[in-house]
Amino acid sequence: MKVLVPVKRVIDYNVKVRVKADQSGVDLANVKMSMNPFDEIAVEQAVRMKEAGTVTEVVAVTLGAEQSQETLRTALAMGADRAIHVVHDGELEPLAVAKMLAKLVEEETPDMVILGKQAIDDDANQTGQMLSGLLGWSQGTFVSKVETSDGAVKVTREVDGGLETVALKMPAILTVDLRLNEPRYASLPNIMKARKKEIAKKTPDELGVDTTPRLTTVKVEEPPKRQGGAKVGSVEELVSKLHNDVGVI
Amino acid sequence: MAILVYADHNNAELSSATLNAVTAANQMGGDVTVLVAGEGCDAVAEAASKVAGVSKVLVAQDAALKDQLAENVAPLIAGMASDYSHIVAPATTTGKNIMPRAAALLDTQQVSDITEVVSPDTFVRPIYAGNAMATVQSTDAIKIVTVRSTSFDPAAEEGGSASVEAVGGASDAGLSSFEGAALSDNERPELTTARVVISGGRGMQSGDNFAMLEEVADILGAAVGASRAAVDAGYVPNDYQVGQTGKVVAPELYIAVGISGAIQHLAGMKDSKVIACINKDEEAPIFQVADLGLVADLFQAVPELKSELEKQGIQAR
Ligand SMILES: Cc1cc2nc3c(=O)[nH]c(=O)nc-3n(C[C@H](O)[C@H](O)[C@H](O)COP(=O)(O)OP(=O)(O)OC[C@H]3O[C@@H](n4cnc5c(N)ncnc54)[C@H](O)[C@@H]3O)c2cc1C
Ligand SMILES: Nc1ncnc2c1ncn2[C@@H]1O[C@H](COP(=O)(O)O)[C@@H](O)[C@H]1O
Repeated sequence: MKVLVPVKRVIDYNVKVRVKADQSGVDLANVKMSMNPFDEIAVEQAVRMKEAGTVTEVVAVTLGAEQSQETLRTALAMGADRAIHVVHDGELEPLAVAKMLAKLVEEETPDMVILGKQAIDDDANQTGQMLSGLLGWSQGTFVSKVETSDGAVKVTREVDGGLETVALKMPAILTVDLRLNEPRYASLPNIMKARKKEIAKKTPDELGVDTTPRLTTVKVEEPPKRQGGAKVGSVEELVSKLHNDVGVI
Repeated sequence: MAILVYADHNNAELSSATLNAVTAANQMGGDVTVLVAGEGCDAVAEAASKVAGVSKVLVAQDAALKDQLAENVAPLIAGMASDYSHIVAPATTTGKNIMPRAAALLDTQQVSDITEVVSPDTFVRPIYAGNAMATVQSTDAIKIVTVRSTSFDPAAEEGGSASVEAVGGASDAGLSSFEGAALSDNERPELTTARVVISGGRGMQSGDNFAMLEEVADILGAAVGASRAAVDAGYVPNDYQVGQTGKVVAPELYIAVGISGAIQHLAGMKDSKVIACINKDEEAPIFQVADLGLVADLFQAVPELKSELEKQGIQAR
């Protein structure tokens, strides 16, 4: 079985985001960028399936600027076999990403695509579901457990009320949640090896996908600031303030 | 203009998040139709027809729709889309699962998790874990939107008298099948709608210690939540997680206990009216957003909190 893993280069989750003064977006100049944390979990899942013998090849894919190559190198160092980079400057919306991934699926014919449930920059939580819709494949979203058997895959999903189990026909799309696994750190020898692995380059034009955004960003602003920081000296004071001063209990 | 709201429900009850979505839909303008897709869900349709601001309820009942499988529900929604200017759903795990699939079938770029309706085609939504708020305008013919429930008041459950109409068009795509669920049976108020939430983090050290929080929650009529670290450590189930990638809450009072206040956690609770925290590290970032911060060891402070509440005769409202 062959697996495709789309990985996105995003601002590192530890970085404090700053909104640009002209309200055009957030400041990404000179900030640390990393692989979207959910995508690390997706790569880890694919690599573990390969190690377990269920998967024969793991192909990492990214769509983005030249520097997104670093993210592919990380995926390769974690154990992906080869990578595809669709080079594109500027913003890409989930629908355009899903369309390009659908084209790559036609070319690569994987049995499964494993994505993150959400990119921590746009917080869209859409791409996997869209890809699944475009391909007419089954979808298992927000998964925290994956069990494969002949021609099917059973997933446990994290839902608002708890957990849910769904059986999916192959080929399938999975989007992974935080508790599926703990991604490995790539070892130095594997980082060295990853440098020699192949990264194929493509463009949206070659894939025949129009990437024109459907949403116009009118402005990006800071959220309202909270006036926090006040302290109380005792539990008694806490209760009395909550009860008498702010009156919420 | 006509707006279709996808109802979130479990075939027995309409979820409260649907009421918030109805409010958002009404702000977009136009007649609001609610689609109830499921099986054996007449009671849900009945409840939806009474919601204020709803003019019509469509009920699609089929075994294939019972478990809200996206592969079966999304084509149903896409099939009726041409009658509407907007398709709206609450940003619950059900809405998040189904709507993007429907959007792809309609060649539409969904707008996720909106917190404000600026105009019929323009919405505000949080990005970067709520560290920035983006105002976006959709150029698609049909707007597909999911709604953050804490940002919109719920529509009144009574006051409407919508007509209820059965619709067909459902079929089983044969791609997936529901095997079962392990839902938390929680006697407490629901996390996303509770007036008071008390959450525990890694500082709680064990699942057993959450009993301390539950005792306080019982007195206050509060829901119990958690940080990701507490869920990852197995102290409490996944549905307790508050944050960027968990649940978003905005109660009157949020009490964070043994939680450091990482941005991903703040993303899920910083719109709470009053935030209190108990943490032994006075440098913890949670203090920067807390209106009332107590620097203390939680193992002392939480039992003390319980007895103080009892002493002052405070009860759940
Ligand atoms: C992609 C991604 C998504 C994420 N999504 C979420 C999310 O949705 N929700 C979420 O919460 N996190 C999320 N996180 C994780 C987040 O970054 C933090 O790691 C997490 O919130 C930390 O949880 P915590 O505050 O309980 O633990 P810690 O950061 O370890 O803090 C524990 C706190 O407890 C205090 N403490 C310890 N013992 C005591 C004591 N005896 N008395 C009083 N105080 C004590 C300590 O001083 C400390 O401040 C996400 C991370 C990533 C990468
Ligand atoms: N530009 C991209 N390149 C590669 N993968 C992407 C890209 N955008 C989104 N994805 C994948 O889609 C998932 C969900 O993203 P989103 O729908 O934007 O929240 C991510 O976790 C990635 O797996």
